[in-house]
Amino acid sequence: MRARDDFLRRLRAVRRLRISLKGWGGVGAMAAVCVLAVAFVLLLPLTQSRGEAGADLGGQRTTQGVQARAPKCDESTVQNQSPAPSDAGGTTIDAIKARGVLKVGVDQNSYRWGYRDPNSAKGDLAGFDIDLVTAIAKNIFGSAYTDKSIQFLAIPTNERIPAIQKNRVDMVVRTMTITCKRAGQVAFSAPYFVTGQQVLAPKVSSITGYNDTLANKRVCSAKTSTANDSLNADKGKKIPASVTIMDPVPNQLDCLVKLQLGEADAVVTDGALAASQAAQDPTVELKGSPFTTEYYGVAMNLKATDLVRRVNRILETYRTSPDGWRASYTKWLLPTLRADSKSANPPVPQYK
Amino acid sequence: MTQPPKSSTAPPGSGVPTMPALPPQSGRSGAPAPRRAPDTAPARRTALAEGVDQLRAAATTEPGRLRAIGALLALLVVAFGAVTAWQTDSRASAADDVLHHSQPLSSDAADIYRSLADANTMAATGYLAGLQETQDTRKQYEDDIKTAAAKLVTAAANTDPGTSSAAIITDLNELLPQYKGLVESARANNRQGFPVGGAYLRAANDTMQNQMLPKAQDLYKNENARLSTDYGNAKPYPWFAIALGLVALGGLAWAQRRNYQRTNRVLNHGLVAASATTAVVLLWVVVGHTVARAGLDDSYDHGVKSLNVLHDARIASLKARSDENLTLVSRGAETHELADGTVMDAYDWGYDQQIAALGKGLKLADSLADDSAGRKPVAVANSSMTVWISRHKQVSEHNNAGDYQAARDGVIGKDGATAECFQAVDASLDTALKHETKEFQRSAGDGLDAMTGLTVGAAVLAVLGAAGAVLGIGRRLSEYR
Repeated sequence: MRARDDFLRRLRAVRRLRISLKGWGGVGAMAAVCVLAVAFVLLLPLTQSRGEAGADLGGQRTTQGVQARAPKCDESTVQNQSPAPSDAGGTTIDAIKARGVLKVGVDQNSYRWGYRDPNSAKGDLAGFDIDLVTAIAKNIFGSAYTDKSIQFLAIPTNERIPAIQKNRVDMVVRTMTITCKRAGQVAFSAPYFVTGQQVLAPKVSSITGYNDTLANKRVCSAKTSTANDSLNADKGKKIPASVTIMDPVPNQLDCLVKLQLGEADAVVTDGALAASQAAQDPTVELKGSPFTTEYYGVAMNLKATDLVRRVNRILETYRTSPDGWRASYTKWLLPTLRADSKSANPPVPQYK
Repeated sequence: MTQPPKSSTAPPGSGVPTMPALPPQSGRSGAPAPRRAPDTAPARRTALAEGVDQLRAAATTEPGRLRAIGALLALLVVAFGAVTAWQTDSRASAADDVLHHSQPLSSDAADIYRSLADANTMAATGYLAGLQETQDTRKQYEDDIKTAAAKLVTAAANTDPGTSSAAIITDLNELLPQYKGLVESARANNRQGFPVGGAYLRAANDTMQNQMLPKAQDLYKNENARLSTDYGNAKPYPWFAIALGLVALGGLAWAQRRNYQRTNRVLNHGLVAASATTAVVLLWVVVGHTVARAGLDDSYDHGVKSLNVLHDARIASLKARSDENLTLVSRGAETHELADGTVMDAYDWGYDQQIAALGKGLKLADSLADDSAGRKPVAVANSSMTVWISRHKQVSEHNNAGDYQAARDGVIGKDGATAECFQAVDASLDTALKHETKEFQRSAGDGLDAMTGLTVGAAVLAVLGAAGAVLGIGRRLSEYR
C-alpha cells in the first residue's frame, strides 16, 4: 500500500514537472520524465523487499537493467548534438595558431578518403577527408597558411579516441561515425557525410543487398566494426541463418583481399569504405542500399568547444562553396557512389 | 685356414648340449658314442658325430690340442679384426655423414629458412620504395625464392617419405607459390596506387611469418636432430671390439705361457707376431677413436652450436628488418595491445621483439666464438645493431610526428638510413657463419681423418695376426711329425 502511495505521489510530481518544463523543449522534459520513472522503478522493489532477505539481489539486478536502458542519448539524433557554429576564437584555436601547425589524425589506407599515393614523388596524402582538413586549416591559419601548416598523423582505428583525449592530435578526420558512446568521450562537429552499412560483392554475384540473397554466402567484416556487430545481431533475422560470418579481419581492406582471392563472397562495411574498396577493383560494386544510417563527424577534444564551433562554421561554408564539398565529392566519390546515393548531398546540420 | 677353425669351434659350442662330449680329456668315453650313434639316428648324425669323434680323439693327444689352440687363437684374432672393422666402419660412416650429409642438410635447411625470411624482407623493402624499387632489391627477392625452391628439392631428395620433414617440405612447396602470388598482387596494386596493395603485402607477410617460417624452422630443427643422431652414432667407443681385442691378447699370452712351460722356449715367432699385430690394432682403435671423438666434440661445440646461434640471430635481424619496413607500409592498419593496455603498431612491436632476439643471439654467439676471427664479425654486427637501434628511434620519431617522407628515407634512403645498418649486420653475420662453417668442417674433418684406414687396417692386420698364430702353432706341431 505504501508503495502505491509513493507511486501516486511521484506521478503527480512528474505531471507538475512536465508542465514547468514545457518551455524547455520536448527532449529535456522527456529525459526528466525518464529519470523520474527510473527512480520510481528503483524504489518500488526496495520498499517492498524491506525485511525480506535475499530479494536485494533481484532489486539490484533491476536497477542495472533499467539504468542501461535509460535513453540518455539517442543514436538516431546524436549527430545533432554539436554546438552552434561561431567565428569566435578561444584557447584551443589560439594554441594551434601559436604552434603554427594543426595536428590531424587521419587514415592513410582508405582509398579516396585518406591515402598515400605511392607513385607521387613526395608520397602526399589525398582524399575526401584530406580536402576537408585542408579547408579547416586554411580557415584557421588564414594568410599564414602554408603547405607545412598541417601535420598528418596516421592513427589506427582503435587509437582515434585516445589520441584526442591525450591531445596528441587537435582533431581526427578519419571516416569516424558519430555514436552515443563516442559522443561521451570526444566532441563531434556537425555531420559532414551521411552513409550506412552496405554490402559489397562482385558485379556478377547473385547477391542483391543485405537480404536473403546472402544465404549460404561467406561474409567478411572487420574486427570490432559496426558491420560485424550487425551481422551477428541480424543472422537468422534480417539475413538468413545460413550466412557464414567469417572471422573478423584486422582491417577492412583485408576483406577486399579475401574477396579478390575468392575466400569471401561479400563484404559488409560502411558505404564510404565500401565505395573506397569498389574504387580499387572494377569487378566489384555496392549492392542494394545502406541498411543503417550513419554520420561522419570531425572529432575533437571535449574541452575544445571553441574549435568545435569554428569547425561547424567552416563546414557551413564548405557545404555550399563550389570548390568545397561538392567538388571534393565529385572528384573522389562520385565514380563509385554515383549521384543518386543518399551520400551524394551533405547532411543538413542541426545544432544543440 | 678358415675351414679348420670352423669345424673345431663347432664342438665346444655344440658340445654343451651333448652330454657325453663334456669331458674331452677321458679317452674311453669317446668310444661308446659312435656305437650308439648308428642305433638312434644313423643317417642324420654322421657329419656332426664324425667331427665330435675326431675332436675327442684329437683332444687326447698333444698335437690335437695344439691344433685346437691354434684354431681358437686364429679365430679370436680374426674375430677381433672383423668386429673392429665393422664397428669402426659404422662410426666412420656416421662421422662421414656428419661432415658430408647431415650437416650440409642442416645448413641447407638453414638456407631455406634464411632465404624465405630474406625474400620477405626484400618484398617489404621493394614495396615501400614503390616505383623507386631498385633492381638489386628485386633481384635479391627473386634469387631468394629460387634458392628456397632449389634447396627444398634437395631436402626432399634426402628425406624419407612419411616423416615429419617430408610433410613440412610438401607444405612449404604449396605455400611458396601462394606467398609469391600475394607479393605480386601487392606489387601490382601498389603500382596502380591502390592501398589494397598494402593489405596484400600484410597477407603475404602473415603467410610468411606465421606459416612458412615456423615450418622452415621445424625443418631446420629436424635436420639438426638428424645431425645430433649422427654425432651420437659416431662418438661412442667400440667397446665390443676393444673387449674382444683384450681377450685375443689374453689368449695369445696364455698360449705362449703354455708353450714356455712345456718346451722351455721363450719365443715363438708366430705367436709374438700375432700378439704384436693385435696390440697394434687395439692401440690404433683406442687412440684413433679418442682423437676422432675430440675432433667431433670440437666441431659440435665450436661449429654446430655457434652455427645454430648465428642462424637464429640472422633470422631475427631479417624479421626485424621486414617489420621495420612493414610499419611504414601498414601505417597503423594493424595494432597490438600490450599487457598494460597500451596500443602499438603491430609491426613496430614485432620489430622490438626481433631486435631484442638479435641482441640476445649476438651475445650468445660472442660467448661461443672461440677465436678472434670468430668474435670479430659478431662484434661488428653488434655495433651495427646499436647504430640501427638509434637510427630506428629517429625513424619512429619522424613517423610519430607525421613526417612520413623523412621516416621512409630513414628506412630505405641512401645515407644514414637503417638500411645500411641492416646490411652491415647481415654481412657480418654472413662472415661469422662462413667462419664457423669452416671451423666445423676442419674439426669434423680432423675427427674423420683419425678414423681413416682403421677399418681396412684392422682387417688386414687381423688376418696377418691370425696367420702368425697359426704359423706359430704349426711350428710346434711340426715337431710331432
